[in-house]
Amino acid sequence: MTMVGRTLALLACTGLALIGLSSCGDDGPASSGGPATVRRLTQEQYTAIIADIFGADIKVQGRFDPDVRENGLLAVGTSHVSVTPSSLEQYDGLARSIAAQVVDEHHRDQLVGCKPASVSQPDDNCAAQFLGEVGLQLYRRPMKPEELKSQVAVASDATKTLGNFYAGLETSLAIMLESPRFLFREEIAEPDGAGHLKLDGYSKATRLSFFLWNTSPDDELLKAAEKGDLDSERGLARQVDRMLASPRVEAGVRAFFSDMLGFDQLPGLAKDPEVYPKFTPVVMVDAQEQTLRTLVDHLLVQKGDYRDIFTTRKTFLTRLLGSIYRVPVQSPTGWQPFEFPPGDPHAGIVAEVSFLALHSHPGRSSSTLRGKAVREILLCQQVPTPPANVNFAIVQDTKNTTYRTARERLTAHRTEPTCAGCHKIIDPIGLSLENFDGLGAYRTAENGAPIDPAGELDAAHFEGAAGLGQTLHDDPAATACLVNRVYAYGSGHAPSKGEADWIKYLQGRFAAEGYRLPDLLRTIATSKAFYKVSEPARTEGPNQADATSRASAKEDRS
Amino acid sequence: MRFNRRAALRGLLGGGAVSVALPFLDCFLDANGTALAATGQPLPVRFGTWFWGCGLTPGRWIPQKTGPGYDIPPELKPLAAFRDRLTIFSGFKANTDGKGAVPHYTGNMAILTGSAPKGQGLVDGPTFDTAVADTIGQRSRFRSLEITATGNPRDSNSKRSSAVINAAEPSPLAFYQRLFGPDFKDPNAADFKPDPKVMVRKSALSAIKDQRDALLKEVGAADRVRLDEYFTSIRQLEQQLEIQLQKPAPLEACKVPSAAKDTKVGTEIDDVISNHKLLVDLMAHALACDQTRVFNVVFADAGSSLRKAGSTVTHHQLTHEEPIDEKTGCQPQATFFVERIVDGLQTMLTTMDSVKEGDGTLLDHMMLFAFSECSYAKIHSLETIPMMVAGRAGGKLKAGQHIAGNGDPVTRVGLTLQQAMGVPISNWGAGSMQTSKNIPEVLA
Repeated sequence: MTMVGRTLALLACTGLALIGLSSCGDDGPASSGGPATVRRLTQEQYTAIIADIFGADIKVQGRFDPDVRENGLLAVGTSHVSVTPSSLEQYDGLARSIAAQVVDEHHRDQLVGCKPASVSQPDDNCAAQFLGEVGLQLYRRPMKPEELKSQVAVASDATKTLGNFYAGLETSLAIMLESPRFLFREEIAEPDGAGHLKLDGYSKATRLSFFLWNTSPDDELLKAAEKGDLDSERGLARQVDRMLASPRVEAGVRAFFSDMLGFDQLPGLAKDPEVYPKFTPVVMVDAQEQTLRTLVDHLLVQKGDYRDIFTTRKTFLTRLLGSIYRVPVQSPTGWQPFEFPPGDPHAGIVAEVSFLALHSHPGRSSSTLRGKAVREILLCQQVPTPPANVNFAIVQDTKNTTYRTARERLTAHRTEPTCAGCHKIIDPIGLSLENFDGLGAYRTAENGAPIDPAGELDAAHFEGAAGLGQTLHDDPAATACLVNRVYAYGSGHAPSKGEADWIKYLQGRFAAEGYRLPDLLRTIATSKAFYKVSEPARTEGPNQADATSRASAKEDRS
Repeated sequence: MRFNRRAALRGLLGGGAVSVALPFLDCFLDANGTALAATGQPLPVRFGTWFWGCGLTPGRWIPQKTGPGYDIPPELKPLAAFRDRLTIFSGFKANTDGKGAVPHYTGNMAILTGSAPKGQGLVDGPTFDTAVADTIGQRSRFRSLEITATGNPRDSNSKRSSAVINAAEPSPLAFYQRLFGPDFKDPNAADFKPDPKVMVRKSALSAIKDQRDALLKEVGAADRVRLDEYFTSIRQLEQQLEIQLQKPAPLEACKVPSAAKDTKVGTEIDDVISNHKLLVDLMAHALACDQTRVFNVVFADAGSSLRKAGSTVTHHQLTHEEPIDEKTGCQPQATFFVERIVDGLQTMLTTMDSVKEGDGTLLDHMMLFAFSECSYAKIHSLETIPMMVAGRAGGKLKAGQHIAGNGDPVTRVGLTLQQAMGVPISNWGAGSMQTSKNIPEVLA
């Protein structure tokens, strides 16, 4: 397609979207596709799947190995992690505990769809029925006949040894719960009929389901995969529209933003209680929820413009958060919508506690960490790690009477030539947020000196969180970054060169459609490119350039 | 009955007493006093690492004299009692070979993998504790055990690759349950019956093992490596279950500790000290009960996050910012943390030495490698990173010396320790750090 043709198609597409016809046949420029991935389930996914299959009253208690962040996302890291002996031990404990609950006397009648002829004897038919049904849900594709046979044999042998049908079933189920077919989302490629490779139907269903719902495919999606519906444009679109209309898409959007914004680090966040007496782990739980509620409401419920998340004054608060923002919250226990008045220093998600507290030190704010987070997390720009042999003395001496504010200390610091190169592109961003302390509470002075919240981002000069928010709102890098992250999140890999044109097209279309997240999700989920598989000859492994992004945050503590 | 045989022997020699009845211990030992008579098996030799971030203070930890009987420098004072079983390595250097130094990562990874990492989180190969675990850890319930006193499971140096990291257990309660929960088989219990549930679990694992070939065929080369790692873990689990099915050999030193309590974890120094004590005490019990032969302890993370309650700065920040006191040549506030760290190492050694075993203590039957990630944290220096080895490794080490490396690569230490533990290698490391020169002075 020529440039003109593409533009016309884009306009036609936009036009259709505007008049409410959301279906659009244009699939954009050619993409190489990415690898067929093998992704380890995250703790949230594992927990959601168990609740989906066996019900929310089955307890999932245990420790999961930490995920690894790559290219800014844990979702990309899941394509490269494995299962160590100690983590298998954890999976083994979880599997045994879940299997025991499923077959216990409270649950067996409801969850095991058949009854054995005798409770003390093997019953291969009943075992096969149960294990086959559960296997389809756990493995996200039908079990191979030899797999089912072997699981039935496990149940039968264990029943004979233990003298109880349900104990046998429990043994077999536990094994399936620690099988690689369950713990890893293995994608399988097949020829696409046009000389390339694409995901097979069940792999498509799985990629789609985790992308939009962050859990395994439901029965209907698995049936669509079985019938080959997902290989037709219309069949795929029908499933995508059904899934986007489901309330479950909220869980998917929450999972995406939790990953992108690094909220996995909030539970372990430490603040000095003597410096921040209002800090508790519960505050951080609320702070995370505040941001996620704000995003879900704006992007999904209101179908708002993504850029407005940087400027919106609408949010949700609890009484606990109200005490930090110093605003009254009526509801004693629950959440309450709240709108900061025009002109209030609070504007956009970067002025929320989740962002401000996460990108600060335990006992003080950090313009450097905040500036770095804006660049790396919100704009997808890489900031190099600090060099060796650095003297941080001035920046960190908060009691220094000559340099009382962070601005004064950092300005002194930036005169060091080895540091200046990087710090001048990060600190001035963060300095605009200095009106918020290390927990995120508003302040106008530090050590008795007034704070000047002037900031700079590339060519833009602005004041305070509202100014930074407006700058981010207007920065095309912010929306391009979101598109990149959403695609990488869904596909489990950092976009390669062969996908660059397609990503560019996605970015253009995102803009043309008014930066609506549901439209972006739909465009990706209904595209051929999302399910296309590049040729297998590529070496995987943690990506050098980007594996550093989160990990290095820890290093840079200036 | 608890009896300190060491003290008794010292009393015997020093006091010239004529008749001291040695208690029941001897009936466990063979004529050489080194093996359990009941099984004829020698007492196991263990390997451990003990890590802390941000190094020590230059000029305050390196002894003047080399060889045995070295002088104790100021920052090592708390370890003086262990001098004859503590070897200090100074003057060994981590080379980056043009890869650029990643602050608080290059040093520890160079020491453990023999090669400077390509970047944060990107090691070239496995850390050598895993090679030792593959050599001596095959027969114990756990191939290795990792703990951290910092509250963060990510604070682990032990990895088989960049993506396969042995996460550390931060909670004493969870660690207790893992070790001494329902799956623990007391080696000294009078009766033993194999648990039929364990039998069925073990044979059920064949259903997973049967899938291996089919699964590995379905995926590309890189994913095959990852799935193979998974199947290695399955074999390890199978072995754990096999061990639970066998009557364990009685172990004189094995005592089941009382249940642990839930504690607050985190980087506040008081929490770190108390959790470290609880965790290493459990580790000593785990070793005495032969649940593992390889372990890794983190006292402070790389780029030490240790801090005092109510203070706005961490140990790491202090190392960079605090002015040097001209009289003492050190940074007083940062030195507070250095002192707590060395106290922590003292706690570690004391705990291991308090468990009597055979003709000595646990410490005598282990090789504990203590190390940091930089020498002078203020400038992230990679020259003369503090490294020490405690214990006698059951006689495999000539313990208690100061070895000066004179700028040799840190890999000489890693090579020597691996060889002492029986890892079959003759050279180790990459680039300018590749070496076949072990340190003969410390090998017995």
